[in-house]
Amino acid sequence: MAAELPGLAIEKHFYDVVVVGAGGAGLRAAIEAHEQGARTAIVCKSLLGKAHTVMAEGGIAASMGNVYPEDNWQVHFRDTMRGGKMLNHWRMAQLHAQEAPDRVRELEDWGALFDRTPAGLISQRDFGGHRFARLAHVGDRTGLELIRTLQQRAVQLGIDVFMECTVTKLLTDDEHGMVGAFGYRRESGEFIVWQSPAVILATGGIGKSYKVTSNSWEYSGDGHSLALKAGATLVNMEFVQFHPTGMVWPLSVKGLLITESVRGEGGVLKNSEGKRFMFDYIPEYFKAETADNEAEADRWYDDHSNNRRPPELLPRDEVARAINSEVKAGRGSPHGGVFLDIASRRTAEDIKRRLPSMYHQFKELAEVDITKEPMEVGPTCHYVMGGVEVEPDTAAAKIRGLYAAGEVAGGMHGSNRLGGNSLSDLLVFGRRAGASAASHAAEQKATTPRVTDEALAAARTAALAPLERQGGENPYTIHAELQESMNALVGIIRTESELQQALDKIASLKQRIQNLSVEGKRRYNPGWHLALDLPNMLTVSECIAKAALERHESRGGHTRDDHPTPSPEWGALNLICSEADGSVSLTRQPLPQMPDDLATLFKETPA
Amino acid sequence: MTYQAKLRVWRGDAEGGGLRDYTVEVNEGEVVLDIIHRLQATQAGDLAVRWNCKAGKCGSCSAEINGRPRLLCLTRMGDFDENEVVTITPMRTFPVIRDLVTDVSYNYEKAASIPGFVPREKGPDGVHRMQQVDVERSQEFRKCIECFLCQDVCHVVRDHEDNKKVYAGPRFLMRIAELDMHPLDNLDRRKVAQENFGLGMCNITKCCSEVCPEGIHITDNALIPLKERVVDRKYDPLTWLGAKIGRRPHP
Repeated sequence: MAAELPGLAIEKHFYDVVVVGAGGAGLRAAIEAHEQGARTAIVCKSLLGKAHTVMAEGGIAASMGNVYPEDNWQVHFRDTMRGGKMLNHWRMAQLHAQEAPDRVRELEDWGALFDRTPAGLISQRDFGGHRFARLAHVGDRTGLELIRTLQQRAVQLGIDVFMECTVTKLLTDDEHGMVGAFGYRRESGEFIVWQSPAVILATGGIGKSYKVTSNSWEYSGDGHSLALKAGATLVNMEFVQFHPTGMVWPLSVKGLLITESVRGEGGVLKNSEGKRFMFDYIPEYFKAETADNEAEADRWYDDHSNNRRPPELLPRDEVARAINSEVKAGRGSPHGGVFLDIASRRTAEDIKRRLPSMYHQFKELAEVDITKEPMEVGPTCHYVMGGVEVEPDTAAAKIRGLYAAGEVAGGMHGSNRLGGNSLSDLLVFGRRAGASAASHAAEQKATTPRVTDEALAAARTAALAPLERQGGENPYTIHAELQESMNALVGIIRTESELQQALDKIASLKQRIQNLSVEGKRRYNPGWHLALDLPNMLTVSECIAKAALERHESRGGHTRDDHPTPSPEWGALNLICSEADGSVSLTRQPLPQMPDDLATLFKETPA
Repeated sequence: MTYQAKLRVWRGDAEGGGLRDYTVEVNEGEVVLDIIHRLQATQAGDLAVRWNCKAGKCGSCSAEINGRPRLLCLTRMGDFDENEVVTITPMRTFPVIRDLVTDVSYNYEKAASIPGFVPREKGPDGVHRMQQVDVERSQEFRKCIECFLCQDVCHVVRDHEDNKKVYAGPRFLMRIAELDMHPLDNLDRRKVAQENFGLGMCNITKCCSEVCPEGIHITDNALIPLKERVVDRKYDPLTWLGAKIGRRPHP
């Protein structure tokens, strides 16, 4: 069999910095590394410009103060930490809040065209958990604008891009740390190695381990898994964000995202009795800043200073749990969600202008006119707060020469991410990772190849195994079983017995993937591609389930039915995942201590 | 609600191939991409198809359905009669890699050859000020998801391989128009549009606008205005005189 396969020779490249992933974080990292003088390559699984960032709708959070001049980085920092229930790495949240405005303005220098205020400045919109209107946006397609701007910038700079290539292994040695990355060209199935002293992971998230998700096929946890297998650590993996508003019908699009901007622009959530139920779910923690009646909530859209925020704009974990409870109590919509109503709140013209792609999406995919009828919505797996444990200032992982930025990095968002903080995270830490990787590479100036033939041969053999086996397990079947289990057993509400069940299932699937086989050959073979992505999905699923089982409390994106409240002891601890001998182990690590000047920000009462 | 659909899918690669018949289950509300995925999972594990968002936002799953360029994720099975055979073929203008996947590198080469954005200086307060009405013209073109269906349908390249060298196609002529209408861009792009990217070869049949899944008025709002500006420049008597007496570059 092997003899028939073409191209067993391995294509070799040398770079200073290799960036894995071409979403917002990867592109921003590559631009920075290039501008610092590093020979830089971008490696991505899809065509350039198709990465998941393109799906981001609402906007980029940055305290530019264009709409509310009283906004500043301290307020943004405070909102972010409180949204993450104080489990965020304070230093990441600080850098993020401080640098986001410059990162947004820079996009404009590169050709981005944001919506404007009457004064001609970048317009900013309201979003859940943000005290002021803070999200720079372009209608409801901000992610597309961000990725296109960065893509065009990277192309203009002449950065090398390896499209439709998957990295299956990070190559390390004891002396240097990172020495390169190994992968294959999806198009031809031929193998390729990038030798490089610095690798930046910007691979996004893990949503494809779940059945109902807003994430695309690319979100198979590659970076999380590659880092873990290379000896790095992951933090906060138990925290998975379920976005409150995914489509629920038709089944074909179940999980597809409905932007939070619908609520930011005035949309409200109602149950089958027509009641705005979010007023019943305001937690003690956010009582002081949340309106407790409809009149005040409605006044807030025009006057933030004298009114409190509507409860529909509580952080996502709160809203998702509330929807879940309403549906469980039998007050759901016909297809098992609740109603999101903007039709009765804003004019058809406003809706089409402010939310054009939502209008389009419902019209095309559900035959629903959102200017006339409410949408049916329910929670969907959207984002993983957990990721590679990094040093905040440099985005460096625990392995020398390895960096991580964007969703694949952990710590920034604590136990729950605020909407709009993802796009700004990509830009702030993408840039930092690019700069650190370039400076690390400059110190190394490696001229001799460090990747050994043995390492390459081993990586190649592992990748070819599913093609050479006959009559084994079907990867599509195993993937479907994993997604069912994660959805049912490691979802929004968790219990000890279900988490244990999930871990048993994962253990059995780990056995079964040893015997995967796929039909066909190496040229653009999706079955083979899935077979190589599956081990990553299983690894991250194991991390999530194990950490979720260990954390005996409820906080942010982790809710335990058997431990329903937050606990102060757990609030001071991070769970760190590492891997040895193919199995994930956990250690408890004290939370980094916030300095006093920042800690005082949490003593003030909010306006 | 569930029925068995008759599908005819092109299978093969650069060396050759042909249409193959399949029968696949369809449920209410499903789109063609769902059916392709079911086919992959149950009957043809190695069937090659590009896709990402499955929401009409990334422009990856472009193909031809019953001969018409469309996104697989935005084409509902409900649009077809249950007894109708639905034929799915790769985009014809680009070389096939395998099954429904084509080599779209022509588009990336054209994108790389367009002179980049050149912004004017910021205002005295260090920011760019622009009015909403001024950004909206280019914003329409920036809605483009780069599905390349307009490139696929454009007859200038669809049946004339040689034209690819000298013609950028609607997507990238629109990109030039976008930069030309960008309130901050400082470069005059009219000459290159005509001379390097083949603007003159477009004869405004509007096929591109018809297949655009984003509903962008490519011809009316981008290509025709750009053509008009090129003409203005060419026939502007002052430009002509300036060129004659050597004070300005030749138009």
